[in-house]
Amino acid sequence: MIWTNAVIQGLLLGGLYAIFACGLSLMFGVMRLVNLAHGDLGVLAAYFSIILVEHLGGNPLWTFAAVIPVAAILGYFLQRFLLDHALNGGELSPILVTFGLSIIIENLLQQTFGANDQSLNIGALSYQSWKLASDIYVGRLNVIIFFIAVLVIVGLQLFLSKTAAGRALRATADNRRAAALSGIDPKRTRALATAIALATVAVGGLFLAMRTSFAPTSGSADLLFAFEAVIIGGLGNLWGTLVGGLVLGIAQTVGSQINPADGILIGDLVFLAVLAFRPQGLIASRNVAIR
Amino acid sequence: MSVAALDTDIAVTRGSRGSKIALSVGIAVVVALIFAPAVAGDSATNNLTQFFILLIMAVGWNLAAGYGGMVSIGHQAFIGFASYAVLDLAIHGVLAWYAVPMAIVLSGLISVPVSFLAFRLRGGYFAIGTWVIAQVFQLVISQQSNLGGGAGASLNDLNNLNPINRDNITYWFALGLTVSALAVTGFLLRSRVGMALVAVRDEEHSAAATGVNVARTKRLVFVLSAAICGGAGALLCISNLEVQPNSAFSVQYSAFMIFMVLVGGIGSFEGPIIGAIVFFILQQSLASYGAWYLVILGAFAIAITLWLPRGIWGAVDPRHRRSIVPLRHRVHFDQ
Amino acid sequence: MALLHLDGVTAYYGHLQALHELSLQVDAGEILAVIGANGAGKSTMLSLISGELRPREGRVYLNDVDITRIAPHQRVRRGIALVPEGRHLFGTLTVEDNLLCGTASKRPGTWNLDAVYELFPLVKARRKHRAAVLSGGEQQAVAIGRALMSNPSLLLLDEVSLGLAPVVIKDLYEALRRIAAEGTTLLLVEQNITEALRVANYAICLLEGRVVLEGEPASLSQPAISDAYFGNKATSGSGAKPKGAS
Repeated sequence: MIWTNAVIQGLLLGGLYAIFACGLSLMFGVMRLVNLAHGDLGVLAAYFSIILVEHLGGNPLWTFAAVIPVAAILGYFLQRFLLDHALNGGELSPILVTFGLSIIIENLLQQTFGANDQSLNIGALSYQSWKLASDIYVGRLNVIIFFIAVLVIVGLQLFLSKTAAGRALRATADNRRAAALSGIDPKRTRALATAIALATVAVGGLFLAMRTSFAPTSGSADLLFAFEAVIIGGLGNLWGTLVGGLVLGIAQTVGSQINPADGILIGDLVFLAVLAFRPQGLIASRNVAIR
Repeated sequence: MSVAALDTDIAVTRGSRGSKIALSVGIAVVVALIFAPAVAGDSATNNLTQFFILLIMAVGWNLAAGYGGMVSIGHQAFIGFASYAVLDLAIHGVLAWYAVPMAIVLSGLISVPVSFLAFRLRGGYFAIGTWVIAQVFQLVISQQSNLGGGAGASLNDLNNLNPINRDNITYWFALGLTVSALAVTGFLLRSRVGMALVAVRDEEHSAAATGVNVARTKRLVFVLSAAICGGAGALLCISNLEVQPNSAFSVQYSAFMIFMVLVGGIGSFEGPIIGAIVFFILQQSLASYGAWYLVILGAFAIAITLWLPRGIWGAVDPRHRRSIVPLRHRVHFDQ
Repeated sequence: MALLHLDGVTAYYGHLQALHELSLQVDAGEILAVIGANGAGKSTMLSLISGELRPREGRVYLNDVDITRIAPHQRVRRGIALVPEGRHLFGTLTVEDNLLCGTASKRPGTWNLDAVYELFPLVKARRKHRAAVLSGGEQQAVAIGRALMSNPSLLLLDEVSLGLAPVVIKDLYEALRRIAAEGTTLLLVEQNITEALRVANYAICLLEGRVVLEGEPASLSQPAISDAYFGNKATSGSGAKPKGAS
């Protein structure tokens, strides 16, 4: 029973990882840019929520309504004013610029808020649970996060396949040159991708803050988890990212069950195993235009 | 163009007067530095040791990123690994001084399987992938109770030495490793491997088409850069006399290496030297500002990448004409 | 009335000069064929018109408006659409999605999905398939269709017959005739001279970045074309009627 429980908890955790991962995956797909500050931006959203609650009170759950649009707008400007320039500089440039950004964000947060752990207190919801079976309890918050994760992925997939803007994103990811020649505005498309990425990572950051605690340096860990989820699942499709998140979550929780200190390590080892034996990911997509 | 024009004598040289002078100056500086402990106090000597450690890291990282095109954020894996290798060897009775070269070799060896995994990825994902691997190193070593577990351990091997002597020997080790790292880099770049490297960096497909074994060339460079960073790690162990997983494997080292190499001039021989000097001065002067100096570091890294992508040396010598280590071939026509 | 006007454009690829003070005019409703050997500058010229390349000297005018500095996606908005060499479809998107991408510029006009499917019935049959699995001829049709969906006033076609069987080429050119009949101006770059000259009402031959021959196809003799194409010394545009005065 404990193993079943571990797997179920892992699935729920994996949903959160999928939320973190889909933005990273989208930005890479559309513009081949790996945003090393991705996790830190999620943590930034969590700190923003703390400020909002400090000044305006209430249950942190309401801050989603404020943080998500702000994150999207921030993403738009981040792309237009920083990352677009980074993309012009050659292969190494985006890596170095986003890594620099990551350092800035983490240390600014540390100077402002201190290095200690914080969390978003959402009251009863954080400790209530449902009973699935005689030994299996699932936290209500965790279940909600999981369903939101699926909603986000499904919503994003629908956006990409059914809307004109989504089509523009997919076209740009497939062939940048042809997209421009078809009349698709490359700058606006890239900025949209980053706006969506920041919005989703903000959701992830807030949920993470409600679920456990966070600190200025948590962003690095989140980035690594998001990255592992993307690679395990497979580049180029959102379902892969969801599966990757779930597999990573299960690996970590089962690993913790084996040895409490080993959760993250087991997750890392599963990632390395996928990298070694199935580098295209578990859900290899025919839809990867360029690797 | 007539055939007759080709009858002139053609000479191909590698050095120039300028480079020969620079090299002589460099050698003179090194010789002077050998005697530094005699004139400088103990704390100055230790400072120089720390400086050399940074410089070695910069040289190592520049080799992978600047010449190999592999931007790694995981080289702290080799720094920490080498630190712990010295500790582990000391526990098993190997004198720390002998452990240093062994740790360097071990770092190089461990980087081989790492490279097979990491090379499955490219670009930004390669960068994060190396970071994950570094994390694995850290997590695995944190579990080894004989190495101190999560709290770390001290290097007690050298406790019965006079501290001043210990510091001086550490200093000479550091100087020696620095010169070795620079020499290895210099010789590598002047060799056929070096030319292959530049070819791969400039245009990978064409390089492969001319018979360059791209994977093997990159792997060689990766291994060498890991070994060099391992040297820095080994030195850290014997100069700090203790190792602790969180600091030994800290991603901050990557931040330092990136900053030094970017500021100095990525992909140039002189770049890491300049960058290390700049960083060291910055570190000393901003020490009292806490995390702010890291914010400044990050801002600098962004600014340089966007506006001065070839660093200070790139601004000084954009066409690589002046080099302490002459890497170009010059063709002279005698009319 | 000139729809497109290239005025003394000089263009470089790195250090290589691809076009030398080229001047060119395309009238509305015309079908202009641009022929020339590899490296003559045909694709460079198209890049200047589509906006992917900026001239070092000279200007590009659309309806007498200077568009030299306008970005490619904005030129689509103004009515220039390029069907690039090698098609450059979105391989991972369906045929229908590929076509719909062409509507990004939201230009009004007669070309929509139904009209394109009517023009290329074989494409309609495959509209839910991923573009990557189509045959060469089908892909070329989709590429043309995608460009049409932006309702361009000027349609640029770069080597549409490349790699295709003669039967397929004939069908494509039939479609091009129908497109021109609807009022779209065509500029065709081709190495397949026969079909291009058959459909065009004016032709230009480029060599090393310069116009070396021009005229109505009927008035151009085979030897003259051959000389111009290969750069034999005997070129002087025999039988050519120079274009309207600039």
